[in-house]
Amino acid sequence: MCLGIPGRIVKIDDVTKKLATVEVSGIKRQVNIACIVSDEHPVASCVGDWVLVHVGFAMSRIDEAEVAQTMKILTELGEAQAEIEAMRLSGLR
Amino acid sequence: MKYVDEFRDAEKAKSLIHEIRLLAKSIPIAKERPIAIMEVCGGHTHSIFRYGLEGMLPKEIELVHGPGCPVCVLPMGRVDDCVSVAKRPEVIFTTFGDAMRVPGSKGSLLQAKADGADVRMVYSPMDALALAKKNPDREVVFFAIGFETTVPSTALTVLQAKADGIRNFSLFCNHITIVPTIKAILDSPDLQLDGFLGPGHVSMVIGTRPYEFVSTYYKRPMVVAGFEPLDVLQSIWMVLKQIQEGRAEIENQYARIVPEDGNSPALAAVSEVYELREFFEWRGLGSIDHSGLKVREKYAEFDAELKFKMPNIKIADPKSCQCGEVLKGVIKPWQCKVFGSACTPETPLGALMVSSEGACAAYYQYGGVKKYEAAS
Ligand code: SF4
Repeated sequence: MCLGIPGRIVKIDDVTKKLATVEVSGIKRQVNIACIVSDEHPVASCVGDWVLVHVGFAMSRIDEAEVAQTMKILTELGEAQAEIEAMRLSGLR
Repeated sequence: MKYVDEFRDAEKAKSLIHEIRLLAKSIPIAKERPIAIMEVCGGHTHSIFRYGLEGMLPKEIELVHGPGCPVCVLPMGRVDDCVSVAKRPEVIFTTFGDAMRVPGSKGSLLQAKADGADVRMVYSPMDALALAKKNPDREVVFFAIGFETTVPSTALTVLQAKADGIRNFSLFCNHITIVPTIKAILDSPDLQLDGFLGPGHVSMVIGTRPYEFVSTYYKRPMVVAGFEPLDVLQSIWMVLKQIQEGRAEIENQYARIVPEDGNSPALAAVSEVYELREFFEWRGLGSIDHSGLKVREKYAEFDAELKFKMPNIKIADPKSCQCGEVLKGVIKPWQCKVFGSACTPETPLGALMVSSEGACAAYYQYGGVKKYEAAS
């Protein structure tokens, strides 16, 4: 829950509500991107960005070069599997 | 447990461990007692155990595992409140998976679910809001727990619920904040700490400035740390370096994720929706002033504590539990009388056994400390 998981923004769903689709290890899920947008980074410009997703909210941008290592550590900690499974289940509802 | 050779940069890890040894030996107090460094965050605790980092450190250093696992510090009475709300027929009670197994005095949420309560695990508070939209004739309650890392997510969900005019959604707010907790630990007479590893993802939200009291007032060094093994080792090295040089500063090892000023949209949402409680009860630690958050009156319609009658009874932890002493680092998990016997991850008595971020579960899972001579 606290470690989050890296995902890539693939599509903007709602500019006003700041909702976007993020892909995490092949699972797509809608997340809120309000915390990573600003005047320099408007909603529309976020497609392709790598972000750290915590409980459905993108909380930080993350360097693409970091992503693989972060995933490896999360997998070793058992966190990645749990997060991905929770995301997958929430998508099925 | 992993070995240094498998780390991202094994050479760097080895040389860090070597440097840490040299530094630790050069610090005078280490001749009398170990240098005590507390990792505040449960994510660090998990990483330290998973990678066997404790066993790679010289005996001059003792890692004290702090209270930074939100499910571990949830008092029994709050879990009882959850169960009582979840049992109402009109309620769909939603929670993160981690919180399902935390024992209350009348069982956990998982047991309530087995008894017929409509308890559902969600990945995100947004999923709870979606459930409310889908079930207009039910009351959807979300069990909001966590430190500052998750607080923005529930605040933004409340703002969304308000904007969408949703009336059957509310939060049972049990959010806690890290700064008063660190202060309480520093004021605790049982504990002598020489420095801190600061939480990484809490700091991503609040920044590094709120910790300045640790260095200016308490004269202790703190290094905000990432959770990869190399991050943790490097941060320990940075804490030691400060001690050796007689400095007490707030340093940021995790600057790739943690901005000094935190995340302003997140902080704005948090202060819009929440205010500090006068005090909040922690499992094992007792009451800590200003350590909890509650929903502001402006958003009272989304406050489950106002919407439903909660028993709100303070329940003492079982006598055999020594969670408080473990949380404060006074004893090690394996020194608790029920560790591994009456209390295991399958049948947890205390919450530190529930989550992999809890020190007891981590010790249990990874077999405690094995000394591993990394340099050899
Ligand atoms: S072993 Fe169980 S009861 Fe003892 S401190 Fe750990 S969680 Fe608490």
